[in-house]
Amino acid sequence: MKNYYFDNNATSSVAPEVTEAMLPFFTEYWGNPSSIHHFGGQVGKYVKAAREQVADLINADPSEIIFTSCGTESDNAAIRGAVEAANNKVNLVTSRVEHLAVLGLCRYISEKTGITCFEIGVDGKGNLDLDSFQRALEKGPAVVSIMWANNETGVIFPIQQIAEMVKAAGSIMHTDAVQAVGKLDVDVQKTPVDMLSFSGHKIHAPKGIGALYVRKGTKLKTFMIGGHQEKGRRGGTENVPYIVGLGKACELAKAGIEDEQTRVASLRDRLEKGILESCTDTIINGDVNHRLPNTTNISFKYIEGEAILYNLSDLGIAASSGSACTSGSLEPSHVIRAMGVPFTSAHGSIRFSLSRYNTVEGVDHIIKNMPAIVEKLRIMSPFVD
Amino acid sequence: MWDYTEKVMDHFRNPRNVGKIEDADGVGQVGSLACGDALKLMFNLDDDKRIVDVKFQTFGCASAIASSSALTEMIKGKTIEEALEVTNQDIAEFLGGLPDEKMHCSVMGREALEAAIENYETGATGKRILEGNILCHCFGVTEEEVERVVRNNELSTVEEVTNYCKAGGGCGVCKDDIQKVIDRVKDDINQETEVAEKPTKRITIVEKIKLIQETLDREIRPILKKDNGDLELIDVIGNQVIISFRGMCAGCNVAQFTMEDVVQAKLREFVSEDIVVVEEKA
Repeated sequence: MKNYYFDNNATSSVAPEVTEAMLPFFTEYWGNPSSIHHFGGQVGKYVKAAREQVADLINADPSEIIFTSCGTESDNAAIRGAVEAANNKVNLVTSRVEHLAVLGLCRYISEKTGITCFEIGVDGKGNLDLDSFQRALEKGPAVVSIMWANNETGVIFPIQQIAEMVKAAGSIMHTDAVQAVGKLDVDVQKTPVDMLSFSGHKIHAPKGIGALYVRKGTKLKTFMIGGHQEKGRRGGTENVPYIVGLGKACELAKAGIEDEQTRVASLRDRLEKGILESCTDTIINGDVNHRLPNTTNISFKYIEGEAILYNLSDLGIAASSGSACTSGSLEPSHVIRAMGVPFTSAHGSIRFSLSRYNTVEGVDHIIKNMPAIVEKLRIMSPFVD
Repeated sequence: MWDYTEKVMDHFRNPRNVGKIEDADGVGQVGSLACGDALKLMFNLDDDKRIVDVKFQTFGCASAIASSSALTEMIKGKTIEEALEVTNQDIAEFLGGLPDEKMHCSVMGREALEAAIENYETGATGKRILEGNILCHCFGVTEEEVERVVRNNELSTVEEVTNYCKAGGGCGVCKDDIQKVIDRVKDDINQETEVAEKPTKRITIVEKIKLIQETLDREIRPILKKDNGDLELIDVIGNQVIISFRGMCAGCNVAQFTMEDVVQAKLREFVSEDIVVVEEKA
């Protein structure tokens, strides 16, 4: 069965160019870049080149890039490191729709240290409540962590304005940009964020590599304590093949960003329009005017997400859902709940997230099959007459 | 991806008895859109008061649909009394098992069945009405319902209770109360078994020998026969049961294990805890 992959916000395929770039570092150049001897030392220049590629994607200085193992580690290193550097004394601000890598962490820190964590809500379209945000800033938080774009709905926060507000309040600004990097123009010269996390496997590098941007002069305690690697900011022998892979993926992402915002966006629009026209009782979750070019989150009323996903999966289509059942929890996703999506729609939300590898054929395959799936489940639903 | 059995996926992909019955004899509806799953069960009885036609409508995940479909297959042709004997465990077993986190789907099936039968018998609304002390406000689960799933499924942790009836799966405030119910049921069961044990100690020697013979026939011989073996009851002296192996079991090297792990274990389970089995060598 042919695979139609529409779950790129969960993880993405490794680009063939990335795999190719990585292979020599398993077979030939497997030395330790910290070694004095030539065999290991020669590897260092490839790590340096990768750091430049990564920095280039977000317009940072290479010295401001720390390689990590994933987006979650970057978030932990940034938020814990900054809170500790502030002597655990002041408050935290985040949003209710953050990825759990941030939200779970902030709640943990708050519980452990007794500092208050303000969780800012969103409106029905997923837009941040900026008035509440401003009031929280007036409490003088040590660290603010607000995501650039939401993984479930694709809603983009006004991060330029947010970062400027945070800097005016004198706090440290961190952003989880895992979903934004490679899809949006992320420029740390233009946007005054102090720290920015992102991950390789969302931009066609493999799982197991991430990066943290730390603006020069930002006070940060080391999270992963160990050797002198990453200038002492992250111990542990460099994961050279994956660092090289991330570098290549960033180079490709930079070259492909226009394609992402035009062709991929039009595929997403075609998919969304096709589904909304052919299936009744559907709504889009999230603000369509401030959204990632690759993401659509659609609720199918009166039916349940997991049942939809298994039906799609039987046709080779991979997507995801914010329904309770898919996660093993009993409530719909915290993002959907924070938006106040009514229960008629909350359990039937489906996210399609595209990448440069999606095609018109795949989009049309979904549009063609979706009505029958919805019809089958609606006939079965006690809430449809 | 859940680890669903083939049978779950079959009943999900090809659900049996989907639809509605107009003017059904019994209609039961449980769950809600807010809860994330709901089941409406409808049945008609024939002249012999057997369930002749049954249909369902379900809003829910793959295992909710499969559990509903399985339930309809299980109760078709049964009388009301027979249908009421179907437990949530039976539904799960019919499907070859359900993931722990999905056991509440089978409980929903059982609840819908009860609501439909109550509707038939009393003309009640057929919708489950919360009576008594509501323990979990997020999912509307009463103390009585929690107690029942704990009792029927021998649950021992709050997490299991959440898997079986959702209580505790929202804000989590009621978790302490759930633990209290678990503790109370545990105490009750301990007391019940103490009471239950006493009569067994009072049985006569004739009754005891009869019970031993029945257990040998029902529980033990079928196992031995698989290996072409057999045994014979020689004598019963107090708590000592003297047996002799026959067929392939006689002289078998592993007979000692068979005696302790099978014969003695089964007799202790079904007759008396203090039984010691002794083999008489032929």
